[in-house]
Amino acid sequence: MRTVLLCLLSLLLAAAPLQGQDQPIAFEGATLHPVAGPPIANGVLVVADGTIVAIGAAGEVDIPAAAERRDVSGKVIIPGLVDTHSHIGRQQGGDRSSPLHPEVRTLDAIDVRDNSMMRARAGGITSVHIMSGSGHLLSGQTTYLKLRHGDVITDLLFCDDPTTDICGGIKMANGTNPIRQPPFPGTRAKSAALQRALFVEAEAYREEMANGTASRDLANEAMVEVLNGDRIVHFHTHTHEDILTVLRMREEFGFNVVLHHVSEAWKVADEIAAAGVPSSIILLDSPGGKLEATNIRWENGRALAERGADVAFHTDDLVTDSRLFLRMAAFGVRAGMDEDAALEALTLAGARMLGLDDQVGSLEPGKDADFVVLSGPPFSVYSLIEETWIEGQPVFDRSDPDDAKFATGGMGTYEHASGHVHGQD
Amino acid sequence: MPTLRTLSFAALCAVLLLLLPLRATAQTAIEGETVYTMAGDPITNGVVLLSDGVIEAVGPATDITIPEGYTVHQAAVVTPGLIDTRSVVGLAGIYNIDDDQDQLETSSPLQPELRAVDAYNAQEELVEWLRNLGVTTIHTGHAPGALISGQTMIAKTHGRTVNEAVIDSLAMLSMTLGPQVSSTFDTPGTRSKGVSMLRTHLLEAQAYHEGMQAEDPADRPRRNLQMETTARVLAGEIPALMAVHEVPEIMTALRLADEFGFDLVLDGVAESHQLLEEIQASGFPVLTHAPMIRPSGPTGSAAFDTPAKLHEAGIPFAFQSGFESYVPKTRVVLFEAAVAVANGLPFEAGLAALTIDAAELLGLADRLGSLEEGKDADVVLYNGDPFEYTTQVCGVFINGDHVRDTCL
Repeated sequence: MRTVLLCLLSLLLAAAPLQGQDQPIAFEGATLHPVAGPPIANGVLVVADGTIVAIGAAGEVDIPAAAERRDVSGKVIIPGLVDTHSHIGRQQGGDRSSPLHPEVRTLDAIDVRDNSMMRARAGGITSVHIMSGSGHLLSGQTTYLKLRHGDVITDLLFCDDPTTDICGGIKMANGTNPIRQPPFPGTRAKSAALQRALFVEAEAYREEMANGTASRDLANEAMVEVLNGDRIVHFHTHTHEDILTVLRMREEFGFNVVLHHVSEAWKVADEIAAAGVPSSIILLDSPGGKLEATNIRWENGRALAERGADVAFHTDDLVTDSRLFLRMAAFGVRAGMDEDAALEALTLAGARMLGLDDQVGSLEPGKDADFVVLSGPPFSVYSLIEETWIEGQPVFDRSDPDDAKFATGGMGTYEHASGHVHGQD
Repeated sequence: MPTLRTLSFAALCAVLLLLLPLRATAQTAIEGETVYTMAGDPITNGVVLLSDGVIEAVGPATDITIPEGYTVHQAAVVTPGLIDTRSVVGLAGIYNIDDDQDQLETSSPLQPELRAVDAYNAQEELVEWLRNLGVTTIHTGHAPGALISGQTMIAKTHGRTVNEAVIDSLAMLSMTLGPQVSSTFDTPGTRSKGVSMLRTHLLEAQAYHEGMQAEDPADRPRRNLQMETTARVLAGEIPALMAVHEVPEIMTALRLADEFGFDLVLDGVAESHQLLEEIQASGFPVLTHAPMIRPSGPTGSAAFDTPAKLHEAGIPFAFQSGFESYVPKTRVVLFEAAVAVANGLPFEAGLAALTIDAAELLGLADRLGSLEEGKDADVVLYNGDPFEYTTQVCGVFINGDHVRDTCL
């Protein structure tokens, strides 16, 4: 009998944390930036079961009687940030045997225990697009991750089953980075020809699939997903002529594409807007470092947004530091971008570009309870990221010294940090 | 045949053109809602008068009458010109191709004879970039990466040639300890070997320096470019600028300074927060790593709050942009100080480390670093708090010349 009681007791204890997760939490008094609508002063955000259940001004939101109530007055709450282009987690893609690796998956290499993952959480990033480098015409399949705490990659994936599902996009590149010794291309035109040939082959394979004559082919299977619009192409491109090459190729083969980096977006913003193609951009503390980035401008965000083109920011971590992602959008504002557009470019716009906007990117009932608690306005240097929450769980808490060290750095914090920088691989 | 009239018109034009540069350096009044002079408390509603390339007067608007004929500029905030205490810009260019990367010669790990002035490109685009963001003086030159990579110099970010820009042609001797050297050279392949090679070189220079003291010129050693440069460090004429990041290298640098009695300037020092007492006791200053430096490898322990800790420990320090091998090709000290200030460094200490403290560290406080009568007319205008991400730099004066009038 006693054993049975003990068993029951331990079951109850084991269930306790689960019950904690189920208990709704109401965050009261903060300025809320839903992104899906105008800011709410003295707002209330209610989350339960990992989901946002209500958001609104104080007095207009029903707070469940069982809810834990947290006073966050004076704070600012924004949606969890969506980083559309990052290299955290010691990612790897294709090797030097070929310039094209559609069959290679980054998810087979990502180390979710690497401390670069905490760097991103400390930066308020809750959804991240991890991709391989730009030293290939096509370096591999990319991975969309939710930065929940977890010990293995499956704990963090957006998709349910990596064996059968599409768990990310695919990374392509043009310009100087993939130009190398054979079998890599030596010119831009050759780069485009090799990429087009890959699409042409995939078209033939798709017909074989329809006829039932196709045999398994990992590379072509991924490329057919691209042709069918189910797998998004994330295309590294810098100069205005390379940007137009991507648009031309998309016109020819009809895939979904997001332009990445887009250093010279300001030169062809009309063409990008007319094509209806979204851009995931980066802003840098100085131009240059490579020929293609000498004309990069902080005005890129404004130039695209003003023309109605969809624009998001990305860290390209460790080209820029995940902890300073908010800073990048602030520099967009510095160069004339509208503040609301800049905040959307850190959140909802990125979610759209990954096809995840039904789930993340804004504070709306029914969406994942992913959000960031700031000590002040989002674009002030003096505002600190105090807490990062994912699906109703805190994943970074600056008041905990074990977490705070990932925000400030310090002895041994990033000693063995993954330090991918393009073009140096 | 040109008529007399067209000739006299041409002569008039020539005279006017000759006067143009003078006009640019003529008299200017800057009205600031807040003027940080860095020599006393900030002035609310202050005025700075510039005349003939120097600061003529500074004070509250109530005390200063702007003389007739002065061009008047307005700004929310005014500071002295910013100083970058460790850069490679001008030797390292924006394109990052072989032709514009002259910051590190890899033929030998010990080359003190390499002069920065022989490589500095005053028209480099990155110099302009820094200037447009308020950096008016840079201590630049040979990069970290060799035991002795070469010399450094100090220049204004203004001037068409190195001759016009330079204000100190030999500022420091650039040295590096640690794994960074072994990644560039076959030998030294270890930290200890590197230190032994450097000590051997310093001993040779010591002997050379002593030999040069001989009364009879016939007894002196033959002139040697390498030895005479390193001898200047040993003679206390210029400091050794030692790029060190990890604890063993920091301790080695202090040990070498003690052994050979030279002045030391610590460069980078990602793990300085581990040795605050030792560094403070040495009295040597720190050119702190850019807070936003990539935390990876030897800089894996870099921290946003390193400057705050140096400040609290009473260690003299200033900001540097450092060396970047890829993108971005240079950092900007204004942005680095902002991150330090957001992470515990008091606001005015951050501003001081960009201006007067940096000038003192470079031995140029008599003419740079603060808005005081008689000092160089290097002034920066902002449309808000200089450290805020969204504040723009809207005007820059160097030697009284209005070198930038567009907000960035």
